[in-house]
Amino acid sequence: MPKRLSVIDVDRCVGCQSCMFACTRRTGQAGLDASCIHVRSAGGIRKGFVVVVCRACPDPPCARVCPTDALVPRSGGGVRLNASLCIGCHNCEEACPFGAVLWDREQGKPQICVYCGYCAGYCPYDVIALEEIEPDERPTQGGA
Amino acid sequence: MPRDDPLTRVLFVDLSRRRFRVEQRPDLFAEALGGTGVAIRLFDELCPQGADPLGAENPIIFTVGPLTGVYPLASKTVAMFKSPHTGNLGESHAGGRSAIAIRMAGYGAIVIQGRSVMPIYLVIDEDGVAFRDASALWGTRSAYTSGSVLRRREVGSGLRTIMRIGRAGEKMVSYACVVTETYRHFGRLGLGAVFGSKQLKSIIIGGRRNLAVADRRAFRQTYDTLYERATVSPLMKKYHEIGTPMNVVPLDAIGGLPTRNLQSGRFEGAETISGEHLASEYLGRRVACAHCPVACVHLAALRIPYPNDPYFYKTLMLGYDHEPIFATGSMLGIADTPGMLRLMDEIEVQGLDVMSGGVALAWATEAMEKGLISEAETDGVALRFGDAGAYIEATQRIVSQPTDFYRALAHGVDHAAAIYGGEDFALAFGGNEMPGYHTGPACHLGYLTGARHSHLDSAGYGLDQAAARAGEQLDPIEVVEALVKEEQWRQVLTSLVICLFARKVYDPGIVLQALGTMGREWSEEALVALGVDVLRRKVAFKRREGFDATGLRVPARITETPSPAGPFDDVFIRKALAHYDTLV
Repeated sequence: MPKRLSVIDVDRCVGCQSCMFACTRRTGQAGLDASCIHVRSAGGIRKGFVVVVCRACPDPPCARVCPTDALVPRSGGGVRLNASLCIGCHNCEEACPFGAVLWDREQGKPQICVYCGYCAGYCPYDVIALEEIEPDERPTQGGA
Repeated sequence: MPRDDPLTRVLFVDLSRRRFRVEQRPDLFAEALGGTGVAIRLFDELCPQGADPLGAENPIIFTVGPLTGVYPLASKTVAMFKSPHTGNLGESHAGGRSAIAIRMAGYGAIVIQGRSVMPIYLVIDEDGVAFRDASALWGTRSAYTSGSVLRRREVGSGLRTIMRIGRAGEKMVSYACVVTETYRHFGRLGLGAVFGSKQLKSIIIGGRRNLAVADRRAFRQTYDTLYERATVSPLMKKYHEIGTPMNVVPLDAIGGLPTRNLQSGRFEGAETISGEHLASEYLGRRVACAHCPVACVHLAALRIPYPNDPYFYKTLMLGYDHEPIFATGSMLGIADTPGMLRLMDEIEVQGLDVMSGGVALAWATEAMEKGLISEAETDGVALRFGDAGAYIEATQRIVSQPTDFYRALAHGVDHAAAIYGGEDFALAFGGNEMPGYHTGPACHLGYLTGARHSHLDSAGYGLDQAAARAGEQLDPIEVVEALVKEEQWRQVLTSLVICLFARKVYDPGIVLQALGTMGREWSEEALVALGVDVLRRKVAFKRREGFDATGLRVPARITETPSPAGPFDDVFIRKALAHYDTLV
C-alpha cells in the first residue's frame, strides 16, 4: 500500500520546524536546504502556521507539466523524480498549488518528498503523520 | 570545525555609508565558540572607550553559535551594544527565528555600525545587505504595524526574522525593546533605543542552507539524545505545560512574589494572574522558537468588546510569561486578568521592555502615594495600584512624553528617583529594573553583580529557595562565589546560544559530544576556562566604562520587605559586593 505524509491537525503546529530540520538531517546534513517540507506562519504567528507537504495527488499536476517525464506518477498517488531526465525547467514548481515542490539550488532540480515519514518522527505534537493511501480514496484537487 | 562552515563569516554593515563587507574571522569562533564569547571579543575591538550609547560610534553586534541550525534549543541570538539605560555593557538575548535566520543566511555574527541619515530598514541574505527606505514606517502608532507591513512586503516567510522597534525605540526611551516574530524580544537594556538612535526601524534576515557535519552517524545519535531530553524527559515539562508562569503561585506562597513595588512578597490576586488560571481561561495557542520542540511561548486570547458598539469585538493574541505577569500584575497590584493583559498589550504596542516599564510605573505609583509627585507631573493620570486603565494611559505618556516627569521616567527609575526622590523604593540594580523574584539576598546580589543585571545571569533565586527549604542561613561570601560560578558556566551556554531554559538538557558531556560531531574538539576544562574568560572580559569592559560593584546603589526596600530566605541587611549585601570585587 503506498504511503504519503498527511497533515493531521495544523492547529497543533507550534512552528518549531523540527520536521524541516529532520528532512535535511535524513540526508546526513544539518541545516534545512535539503528539506521537502516547509512550515511558515499563516500571515503572522498570531494566526498560527501553514505546513506545506507533498500530498501525493492521485493525478499530480507537477508530473503533467514535466516536459521530459522526469517526474513519474507513483501508483496510488504522488511522484518519483528521475533526476537524470530532469532539465530543471521549474514547470513542476509552478504547477503545484501548495508550493510543495521545493528547489535544490545546488543540483538545479526539484526536491520532492519521498514519503519516508522521517519528519513525522520528530513532530512533537502529532501535526503530521505517514499514512497509507486507501485504494478507494479519491481526494478532490485542492483538498487537504 | 568543517572548513566550509559559514559560521566564521562576520557581516559588517555601515549605516552611515550604506556599505557592507564580510570578514572571515575563524580566530574568534575557534577561541570563543560563538554567542556571548564572540560578541564580547568583537565588542572590545569595536566599541571605543566612553562611547555615547546613542551615538554613531556604538556598534550593535548579533552572534549565533556552532550548534545553531544543527541541534535543537540552540536558537538564541546574542545582541551586544552599549546600553543607553545603564550607560554600560548591554547584552540581551532573543529567540524566535532570529538565530536560525542569521545562521541560514550564512553568518556567525552581524555588526551594525554608524547612523543612517534617514529612517531605514535592512534586508540581509546570503548575498549581503539591501538598504531600504523606512520613512513611511517611522512613527506608526503600533509596533505590530511595521511587522505586518514588512511581512507582506518582503519575501522568505518561514525562513526569516523580522526584528523591529516601536515608537519607544524611535523616541529613544532608554528601555525600549526590539521585537522579533511578534512574541520574542531583545527586551532588556534598551537595544530598541540604540536602533532608534541609528534611525534603524527593522532588520529582516533570512536564508536557507545545509551545514556539513564531521560525523553523520554521531550527529543523528546526538540529535536523538537531545530531542528525547527536550520532549520526553521531565527536564522541560514545566516549560511545555503551564510555561514560565507556573512560578507565580509557588513564589507567592513563600512570599517571594514582588507586589505593589515590593511593599510585599505576597499578592492576594496571585491566583487570577497565575499560569494555571491563564492556561484554563485564556491560553489560545502555543508557539515555539525555530528549531525548539518545547514551545514554551504561551499566547493568551483576550476578547475585548467595544464599549459603545454592540456586536463589535476584537481578539488580542498576546504572549505571556512569568516576568511580564510580575511586571504588569503583582508589581502593580493588578489582579484583574483582562486589565493586566491589556496593559501588556499597550507595552507591546509602544515597544517597551515590559519589566522595566512595569517597575517604573510601580515606583511612580508609590511616589504619588507619598506625595513626591502629583497629577501635575503625571499629566492628570491618577496612578493607583490595581488600576490598569491609568497604567495604560501612563504607558502611552512614557513614550509621548508630555511632561518633564515622563521624560525622566523614560530613562528608568534610577534616573527619575535621582530627580524626584524615592530612591529607597526605586527598584533598579546597576541601573536596570528588578525581575520578578524577591526570594532573599542571593537573588538581589545576582541582579547587582550579574554582568547584565538580569535574573538570568546567575539565578540567585535558586540559592535563596534552597536555603529557605533547608532552613539554613546564607553566607554572603558563599553566595557570591556560587553566583559567579554559575554565571561563568552560563557564559559557555550563551556562547553556544543554548536557551537557558535548556541548561539541564545540555550538560557538559552532551555539549562536548555535540561539538565533536561538528569537528570541534573541546574538553570540559577548556569549556570551563572559556566561561571564566568570557565573564572576565565582560566585567573588564564594564570597569573600563566606570562600573564599581562596591559603589552600587542598593534600594533599602529589598532589606525591609520580608523574604523567604529570612531577614538580611545592608551589611550582608555590602560584604558580598566587596568580595565580588576581589573575585572577578
